[in-house]
Amino acid sequence: MDIGLEHYLILSAVLFCIGLYGALTKRNAVIILMCIELMLNAVNISLVAFSSYIVPLLLTGQVFAIFVMVVAAAEVAVGLAIILAIYRGLTDIDASNINLMKW
Amino acid sequence: MGLAASFWIMAVVVVIAALGVIFLRNVFRAALSLILCFITVAGLYITLSADFLAAVQILVYVGAISVLIILAIMMTRDVQQGSPANRMKIPAFLVAVILLGIMIYTVTKTSWQIASESPLTPTTVPLAQNLFGENGFILPVEIAAMLLLAAILGAIVIAREK
Repeated sequence: MDIGLEHYLILSAVLFCIGLYGALTKRNAVIILMCIELMLNAVNISLVAFSSYIVPLLLTGQVFAIFVMVVAAAEVAVGLAIILAIYRGLTDIDASNINLMKW
Repeated sequence: MGLAASFWIMAVVVVIAALGVIFLRNVFRAALSLILCFITVAGLYITLSADFLAAVQILVYVGAISVLIILAIMMTRDVQQGSPANRMKIPAFLVAVILLGIMIYTVTKTSWQIASESPLTPTTVPLAQNLFGENGFILPVEIAAMLLLAAILGAIVIAREK
């Protein structure tokens, strides 16, 4: 059976939904960040698949994937810094106990 | 044939690794499973003939982001053993499954306009021309540099001892 665009898109959808489930249910803040990385990777897979199946000579999807990687790196650096700062203040990284800004 | 076999093997491995991130109780093992997932995604990029992106995926995700994540796990390990779920387990599962169903339905029902040309390889030089050349993405590249600088400064300021 030939591998087409739909295979990559469905694989990307499955990965995205796994990441979404984890990000919605997990209480450890580091695991939530890891699940967000998983979702960004899923989006990257579908961007690269679109790029190589629909516009194989333009590569615009791969350029977009590079920018997604830049944003992911920035996001994980700031996110982990926030988690370490919260850990220093509260000695806890349970996302359901961090409610300082809740009113 | 070889491409199809490698796609199916890597698809199974990537889904199992992603499930491992969620269901492994040990947070450190979940991080290792995430690294396996990143490496397999790089392999998927190679099957899509995106060689430069595969290298970048290994460098940025496997090299840098996973080290950061493992560092954070090590620094916060004694607070919380395992990764328990909150009370929203069933609603979140329903949301994820419904979203997956909608996405699979739309993907299979849409008639994609598949191009007949085979993709460019190697992609490094065309990507560089796209990013830095005439009528390219040079403004987003500069904005990305500013974003990275702001993220570095923000991370230092937030994580610094008072």
